[in-house]
Amino acid sequence: MPATQPPVVDEALALEHGLTSEEYDRITQQLGRTPTYTELGIYSVMWSEHCSYKNSIAVLKTLPREGRALLVGAGEENAGLVDIGDGLAVAFKIESHNHPSAVEPYQGAATGVGGIHRDIFTMGARPVCALNSLRFGSLANPRVRYLFDGVVRGIGDYGNSFGVPTVAGEVYFDPAYEGNPLVNAMSVGVVKVGCVASATAKGVGNRVYIVGSATGRDGIHGATFASEELSEESEARRPSVQVGDPFTEKLLLEATLEALSAEVVAGIQDMGAAGLTCSSCEMSAKGGVGMTLYLDKVPVREAEMSAYEIMLSESQERMLVNCAPGCEKDLEAIFAKWDLHAVAIGIVTGDGRVKVHHKGAMVADVPAAHLVLGGGAPVYQREAQRPAYLDTAQTFAVPADLAPYEVAAALEHLLASPNIASKRWVFEQYDTMVRTGTVLGPGQSDAALVRIKGSRKALAVKTDCNARYVYLDPRRGGQIAVAEAARNVVCAGGAPLAITNCLNFGNPYKPEVFWTFKEAVGGMGEACRALGTPVTGGNVSFYNESPDGAVFPTPTIGMLGLVDDLEAHGTASAFQDEGDVVFLLTPEAWDHRVAARELGGTEFLAHNHGITAGRAPHMELTEETAVQHAMLRLIRFSLVRSAHDVSDGGLAVCLAEKALLSDGLGAAIALDVADPFRLDALFFGEAQSRIVFTAQEVDSDAVYRALQGIRVRAQKIGTVAAGRLQIKVNGSTVIERSNQALHHIYDQAITRQMGSA
Amino acid sequence: MNVGVIVFPGSNCDHDAYHVARHVFGLRARFVWHKETALSDLDLVIVPGGFSYGDYLRAGAVARFSPIMERVVAFAEAGGLVLGICNGFQVLCESGLLPGALLRNASLRFACKWVHLRVENADTPFTNQLQPGQVLRIPIAHGEGNYFASEETLDMLEANRRVAFRYAAADGTLNAASNPNGSLHAIAGIINAQGNVLGMMPHPERCAESILGGTDGAHIFRSLMAHAAHRLAAGHI
Repeated sequence: MPATQPPVVDEALALEHGLTSEEYDRITQQLGRTPTYTELGIYSVMWSEHCSYKNSIAVLKTLPREGRALLVGAGEENAGLVDIGDGLAVAFKIESHNHPSAVEPYQGAATGVGGIHRDIFTMGARPVCALNSLRFGSLANPRVRYLFDGVVRGIGDYGNSFGVPTVAGEVYFDPAYEGNPLVNAMSVGVVKVGCVASATAKGVGNRVYIVGSATGRDGIHGATFASEELSEESEARRPSVQVGDPFTEKLLLEATLEALSAEVVAGIQDMGAAGLTCSSCEMSAKGGVGMTLYLDKVPVREAEMSAYEIMLSESQERMLVNCAPGCEKDLEAIFAKWDLHAVAIGIVTGDGRVKVHHKGAMVADVPAAHLVLGGGAPVYQREAQRPAYLDTAQTFAVPADLAPYEVAAALEHLLASPNIASKRWVFEQYDTMVRTGTVLGPGQSDAALVRIKGSRKALAVKTDCNARYVYLDPRRGGQIAVAEAARNVVCAGGAPLAITNCLNFGNPYKPEVFWTFKEAVGGMGEACRALGTPVTGGNVSFYNESPDGAVFPTPTIGMLGLVDDLEAHGTASAFQDEGDVVFLLTPEAWDHRVAARELGGTEFLAHNHGITAGRAPHMELTEETAVQHAMLRLIRFSLVRSAHDVSDGGLAVCLAEKALLSDGLGAAIALDVADPFRLDALFFGEAQSRIVFTAQEVDSDAVYRALQGIRVRAQKIGTVAAGRLQIKVNGSTVIERSNQALHHIYDQAITRQMGSA
Repeated sequence: MNVGVIVFPGSNCDHDAYHVARHVFGLRARFVWHKETALSDLDLVIVPGGFSYGDYLRAGAVARFSPIMERVVAFAEAGGLVLGICNGFQVLCESGLLPGALLRNASLRFACKWVHLRVENADTPFTNQLQPGQVLRIPIAHGEGNYFASEETLDMLEANRRVAFRYAAADGTLNAASNPNGSLHAIAGIINAQGNVLGMMPHPERCAESILGGTDGAHIFRSLMAHAAHRLAAGHI
């Protein structure tokens, strides 16, 4: 593609760039003239949904964003920042890479991982762990298996080489994601308070450097691609997908942290979506300054790149650095040590405008503030309308209850659901241990525990979202996504601190989609307030639609928690010792009948009966808060040997998992339930706010004493035993299975479809 | 004992090895940047895990040409102790300090998990605190750990007791299910002819503290410390 005469800019070209007529008018009015081709490119990416949040920001502002541990508020920097004491802070964020992964799964997922890590280390934080949240269609579809395999390899190859452990995540399969998989990646980093870098340009006259990789034509209009629905033509978007280079990212990480600690950097921002455009405009706008860029100086990897292409390239592993005055030589030496480019391409100016020169001409001259979110970027309140599907989906013909003799087979069938079965095939392809910080990793605890070396503390981190609940009941589903993430952190021994979120929805111009978005965010906000976990930022991904329709609304929550005393409070999911007492912790007013009357939204209904219907399961936030408070108190009193929350698959799957994740231990469980109840709902219902934990027999009384004054109930339901899971209901044995038999099903379900790991 | 941990730009287990040497065992330890050339102050050089120079070509293939590897070869030839872990093992093979090569795992997938090793030779500076036949539980994390060598080389390694560790079941028996990557003779680690260079795919630095779920890796560091103490007592400095 040699440089030719740029196309003539008019409204039709603006529409082709994804702008609306009104937006194009705003641009010509602001500039007082027709934009140049390069300017049109700049506006189109800056005002794309991906960069501007134009259709979501009004709703996002309803989320709680204040908290005493927050050092940086949502949207102020590249990621949220939370104080964890000892002079340390944690930067963390989750982001989507759905559309790239749908057309090029390996590179799409890999660059998603790379991009989110850059958001963290551009703040001066060293990434200590990565998480992810993945959604695919049915594994029976060969295209889905190709996507799943490519995404897992992409995440693994990038993270493994970069040297940050992938410690937790979730994977769900549902036909709703058939044409539009979701790939959300999260990074968590640690930085000394006071050493945090800012994505702000400052100091008129300071030099602006581009550092890292050379700029190529890859990823041009990636942000725009992310802001439209997937279609038959999406395959042609493959060139919009960037290519990842984890080795260069590793060099960039080390060089960046070295430059920051040498105090040669006045401001820094990574180049992700919209590359040089977004970083220069956002840094300028935030600093209230301008920037003049000379594109002929940008190291390029392809000949004859136009200004438009250089400004819009999304080549990976690059940063824009605002050099501290007089430190140019030191900055250049540090990047040279790591064999990376560091080239001065511009200067900070005082006029608030981003001016771009190329081949002796000024090709763009735009006011930075007019381009950015919070400045002149458009903000829309979209029309919202309750979707008609909810009326039909929430009512359904309830299938006949299971007979007692059918329950064990139903459990086995459920354990073979890829949504329940062991994800070992996935996480063994990730380096989960590098950096020797991972104390409890995938399959070991409800949230991953990553120690902070040199202290007694650990981070407890988890991603969560049961999107089926959100589909069936957006508000309660949004609440449950937050509550379950927090509950997982609590079960691992952590106090939940704050969340990041990745909101994956369909086309916001469809009123039904926008209604579910508003409702889900509303539910999330309610749960965040109840649990005291403010939102530190995140990412919105709209247009997750294929010709078959929108995905389930999927507001993925990334939860950060803190364990004060890792050795004493770090808690595993699995049974620990034979003879320990098995307790079920629930809200005070609860008995088994609460679970035993509803099946709505359950994995059992979906997998065993093929029905996606009903309401999301029971949850009251006051009950949930009490249960989490109680669990954390028990752990802090050192009374808990293991803890695992009741979630997908209900009580029976929770107990089976506690056995299957253990070293050959099972349990003898006896449930007493008053009539009337449904056996299937008792075993597989997913009523929330329940945790199964174990304690030593001698501590039983201490457990009850510790819970006095909290509105919860702990019931002894059994004892940890060797090698078998036996569950009786009102005295009759309903399930009796050896671990070995269950292992065979649980361990093999995904591997059998994907080939051996 | 003075420990040096080589740092290639793509090393990512360098800090882990340093942490164990310095903070778990209290040894004097320093990082050795790949552009450095002085190793004479060291008793033990660790070539750590990671992706030395990106390893897009073949693991370790570029590292062998780095200035530091020339010095490491000379250091080893002069009798210095060299421990190559994971990528370090790959680099030592590429550099000719150890025979054979590490191919892609038979599964063609990266594998990170705990495995069992059977100690084959407890009479080396790296294994003297272990018993022959003893089983260690230790993590692996690699995509290219499938040990390959010619039949002649394998015979030579076996005849000279140069296989230090083999992948095995928890009870020490050898079987295909316990071999995580298809290595010939289930080889997980080998030594050089002089016995002062060990390359191993598993990560002892990931299991030297109880909080990480196992401490069997500590035996290797203790063996090295015992060896150094013994040499000191024998008058070598």
